[in-house]
Amino acid sequence: MRDVAIVAFAQSPHRRRTDELSEVDLLMPVLHQVLETTGLKANEIGFTCSGSADYLAGRAFSFTMALDGVGAHPPISESHVEMDGAWALYEAWVKIMTGEADTALVYAYGKSSPGQVRDVLTRQLDPYYLAPLWPDSLALAALQAQALLDAGHADRAALTAIATRSRTDAAANPYAQLTGDVPAGGLLVHPLRTGDCPPIGDGAAAVILAAGDTARALCARPAWIRGIDHRIEAHALGVRDLTDSPSTRLAARHAGAFERPVDTAELHAPFTSQEVILRTALDLGDDVRVNPSGGALAANPIMAAGLIRLGEAAARIHRGASVRALAHATSGPCLQQNLVAVLEGESAHG
Amino acid sequence: MVKEPVAVVGIGQTKHVAARHDVSIAGLVREAAVRALEDAGLTWSDIDAVVIGKAPDFFEGVMMPELYLADALGAVGKPMLRVHTAGSVGGSTALVAANLVAARVHRTVLTLAFEKQSESNAMWGLSLPVPFQQPLLAGAGGFFAPHVRAYMRRTGAPDTVGSLVAYKDRRNALKNPYAHIHDPDLTLEKVQASPMLWDPIRYSETCPSSDGACAMVLTDREGASRAPYPPAWVHGGAMRSEPTLFAGKDFVSPQAGKDCAADVYRQARITDPRREIDAVEMYVPFSWYEPMWLENLGFAGEGEGWKLTEAGVTELDGDLPVNPSGGVLSTNPIGASGMIRFAEAALQVRGRAGDHQIDGATRAVGHAYGGGAQFFAMWLVGSQPPPG
Repeated sequence: MRDVAIVAFAQSPHRRRTDELSEVDLLMPVLHQVLETTGLKANEIGFTCSGSADYLAGRAFSFTMALDGVGAHPPISESHVEMDGAWALYEAWVKIMTGEADTALVYAYGKSSPGQVRDVLTRQLDPYYLAPLWPDSLALAALQAQALLDAGHADRAALTAIATRSRTDAAANPYAQLTGDVPAGGLLVHPLRTGDCPPIGDGAAAVILAAGDTARALCARPAWIRGIDHRIEAHALGVRDLTDSPSTRLAARHAGAFERPVDTAELHAPFTSQEVILRTALDLGDDVRVNPSGGALAANPIMAAGLIRLGEAAARIHRGASVRALAHATSGPCLQQNLVAVLEGESAHG
Repeated sequence: MVKEPVAVVGIGQTKHVAARHDVSIAGLVREAAVRALEDAGLTWSDIDAVVIGKAPDFFEGVMMPELYLADALGAVGKPMLRVHTAGSVGGSTALVAANLVAARVHRTVLTLAFEKQSESNAMWGLSLPVPFQQPLLAGAGGFFAPHVRAYMRRTGAPDTVGSLVAYKDRRNALKNPYAHIHDPDLTLEKVQASPMLWDPIRYSETCPSSDGACAMVLTDREGASRAPYPPAWVHGGAMRSEPTLFAGKDFVSPQAGKDCAADVYRQARITDPRREIDAVEMYVPFSWYEPMWLENLGFAGEGEGWKLTEAGVTELDGDLPVNPSGGVLSTNPIGASGMIRFAEAALQVRGRAGDHQIDGATRAVGHAYGGGAQFFAMWLVGSQPPPG
């Protein structure tokens, strides 16, 4: 296995609306920042991969314009996943593992502001049986939260504590959309209150991956990917135990997450109840620092939020604040699909 | 570092038609996947991961349909990755799946691409207006017609060449039971007399809108040794992208396409593609793209591609058969079209292409492109494992 590390990470300030910015405008500063951090130029990158979703942009092939922002001439080796950028990072990692590339640029972006996210996400449900009923993303998350409360795995106070901790931590994150004291708020969809739910916002993120000595040359303390895996569950909510996340547990096992304890976990949990489920699935103790960035409850740019978890975990390793960190990304209703990566700070050979 | 050799051991397609009213999207993809598993002599439990591709979600009106398709494709509990690189996606998807095996991340991978165009309207899906960007209100044909015109002007090709390609591909399609358009009464004169859609592209020189899916099972050396039928081996694969629009872009022969082909030939140790390759499945959605891509992929010198077509070199019995399956001109479930090219190339070197088999084909190319002729994906497969 090749040693591959995240060597640079950048994200945009996440905001409720960015009417004055196109997707390329949103992305460009972030791309420039990761390239400047490493000193690499676009044409020196071995492989490029992005994650985004046409339905957010409201048009087909929306990622083609974002590619213009990369400056892909001379032509580049490039691909795109219609998924969160965390899966673009996975594809880039695989590419580096084949030996065909030593470096990769990964980026993701999402502008939620032009549409109604609750409506848009209903379109990713089973188109024949479920989508015609328009059950929105909050309603589905509320079903999951209620199942969790009914099972006695969490209570109201525990959910509020997660919201409070996330928003408090976000105060130290200059990119977060919501920071500081946020009350539990009004009831949105029973039992979810405003504080249990993520903000809606626009944002972008980028990372650079590099293998072996290239990574060491580009970064003083690379965040080595010790394992990365992702798993999907059945789509229909009726055949899943919504209080558990077996796909997260399976991905974590394949990523080697249970071999040794982690000190940090960046979890892509857009709802407080989902953090409870993920903590259990990942067997995280109380001593693990969860979402020091504030997590998705402080900024949840759809399609970039998962990649940001990987980037935040890596940045903590870059800064020396973590030795072994877990990063998680999710996709689909009620945690249907989950990715887990384990990142470590020390060099691979000593 | 030495990559694991990748073998194609299973291929499945649906019978492509204008509208499959008898199946859901899940039913359609499952049909192709089951056929690929049968061809490979494997079951769902032998599959380690699923890589799925399709063109824009607006074509069916389902956002990220892989979430809903996880059950139908036996992916529950497995990794499932969704690729989207516009029209080249079927090829890119196969390459991402191949990389999983080559990197030894997984041993046996199911890859599938589909489009069920009857669920929506592709012309509408491609024509949604967007702020800040120039409108593209004429669908794909309106975008590509000026580039065909530029090719004709640049090379002096007579305006009869496009109809020769269409007539050839539609005749080849008659030998392919999965092809969408089966028109035994088509004549060259009928192609030439068909209505002009986007000058110089005529109706019969245009791809159809199809419902269909294509699946492949890719595996490692050990998996290949257990396969019931001869595998196709991947000797080279590459993707290249360039921006949609920029000063200096050559829409007639994009640099990304040239670079992609050169990378594949380098990996496969091909120095004279015209002589060393036995069959080509190239992405020709409008007939004139055959002579254009013959040049872009290095099968003919600049300005010479149309001469190969006119001389019959690309016919089924020519010395460089292009699109023996009937190609995109006969079958176009957009998201699957690239994977069908890759799969048909593999069928040729496996000797399993049926009535459109090229005798003794040992090396074949599958090719796809997408976006504003900006995304390219290509692989070269052989009947023997790669050396080393």
